[in-house]
Amino acid sequence: MEGDAELQDLYREVLLDYFRSGAHKGRVEPADFRSHGINPVCGDEIELTMKVEGRGADGRIGRIRYDGHGCVISQASSAMMAESLEGRTVARAKELVAAFKDMMLSKTPLESLPEELEALKSLEGVRKFPMRVKCATLAWNTLQKGLEQGAARGKED
Amino acid sequence: MLDAARLREDFPILKRLVRGKPLVYLDNAATTQKPRQVISALASFYERHNANVHRGVHTLSDEATQLVEDSRRKTAAFIGAPKPQTVIFTRNATESINLVAHAWGRKFLKAGDEILLTELEHHSNLVPWQMLAAEKGVSLRFIPMREDGTLDLERAQALLSPKTKLLAFTAASNALGTLNDVPALVRLARGAGAKVLVDGAQWVPHLAVDVRAWDCDFLAFSAHKMLGPTGIGVLYGKEDLLEAMNPFLGGGDMIQQVRLEGFTANVLPYKFEAGTPNIADAAAFGAALDYLGAVGLAAVREHEAALVRKAFEVLESVPRLTIYGPRDVSRRGGVVSFNFDGLHAHDVGTALDLEGIAVRVGHHCCQPLMAKLGVPGTARASFYLYNTEEEVEALGRALRKTADFFFGAKAEAKR
Repeated sequence: MEGDAELQDLYREVLLDYFRSGAHKGRVEPADFRSHGINPVCGDEIELTMKVEGRGADGRIGRIRYDGHGCVISQASSAMMAESLEGRTVARAKELVAAFKDMMLSKTPLESLPEELEALKSLEGVRKFPMRVKCATLAWNTLQKGLEQGAARGKED
Repeated sequence: MLDAARLREDFPILKRLVRGKPLVYLDNAATTQKPRQVISALASFYERHNANVHRGVHTLSDEATQLVEDSRRKTAAFIGAPKPQTVIFTRNATESINLVAHAWGRKFLKAGDEILLTELEHHSNLVPWQMLAAEKGVSLRFIPMREDGTLDLERAQALLSPKTKLLAFTAASNALGTLNDVPALVRLARGAGAKVLVDGAQWVPHLAVDVRAWDCDFLAFSAHKMLGPTGIGVLYGKEDLLEAMNPFLGGGDMIQQVRLEGFTANVLPYKFEAGTPNIADAAAFGAALDYLGAVGLAAVREHEAALVRKAFEVLESVPRLTIYGPRDVSRRGGVVSFNFDGLHAHDVGTALDLEGIAVRVGHHCCQPLMAKLGVPGTARASFYLYNTEEEVEALGRALRKTADFFFGAKAEAKR
């Protein structure tokens, strides 16, 4: 059945596993970083919290947690983002966010995804569903927005 | 009885495939498909009659004007409006409601006044009033929804007071399908001396309306949800109110006379129709009204009620599925909203799309209502005159397949 094959291609087993496991779900309290995002398409909300040691681009990301309701794609993408970015520097995290978004928007090929983001290749199928790409990028956009605002605040300090 | 199989022949789009499967179009509360009679009327306008209205004395301009005014007369007849000039053409129901908020609300409401709305409202019958409230210091009150998806009319009575200047409510909920008791709500408002605006976007395409019997002051709806083209909406208003209101947008057509120092507004309905209107779509809307008139709304209602009963029967056999809204088919229109326990509506929407089935998923522009239900959104199947019981069965099969995929034995075993 063609529909089944397409469904399996979009919702790969690994995505369903992340979704069901609830890995990285919750909040870090107290948090060094907090960012709130809304998917304009569906109104789904996400709250990202994380630990950051040190300041500015050299700061190192500790624990990352996401909170909120969402579809399989947004929840799995959030969990994989947390897993891939924990332990990275803020500067590297920014590069990885940009690389992931470029891949999802089909600006760059799947193979160009940095090796730190290997697990995210399982979201490849989402690229065929333009209406769902925002589900996959919600957590990443939320992190990017938070990092930019943090940088702006840093300059004021 | 309505012959859906025969009517389907009039809708070219229903023959297309989606992802290799026959299209099952169950998103009619968002917009309906168009019969070839409407598509032809639109093409024929541009091929034979295209000109601006109320401008020239030439033949084409006269024909274009006649076509728009024919549609206005047909619209008035369709809703029982006493005079064609009480029918204003807008872009959509949203613009119709905004027109009332600006042209009536800003003129007649003042700080301390209240507007009574309901928890069922679409954002289009909420946000314009929030904007007006912020500007004028008017307060908003809300008739609560009961557990079964119907409005609590006892609370409505208690919420009405001499401060209430307007009761604005949807006749039929786009998210849950609830059919409100319009005459009872109008009576309550009259008791408090409040004006009444009815959002008819989900009612007028499906059930008969007589604005004189309802005795509402305003009625708003959209052509594209009733076989007509996008870009045409309707505002019906009582003549004396429309006369007393300020104009809406300023410009050509809405004036009688202009001097550098000022203007005098045109007569109804042109006072509210500034600039070149959507002539072609207004003309084509007439063909949609003719089509619906020929089928008959009583038959449409009966057909949709049968589809809803069928949907209940089919969906109840799907595991982990919750259906929202009234279970009494006499209290709901052709809208069935549902969710799988533990699965987001977006995933359901994509799984159905892969089977060629179009439903709406998300908050349906009713975020406060979704918050009340405690869900981020729902999946919604909404029917119209061309839908069939076979399509409802296809929806049931696709949902069982979705449940199997996300919650099936394999998925359960892995937990």
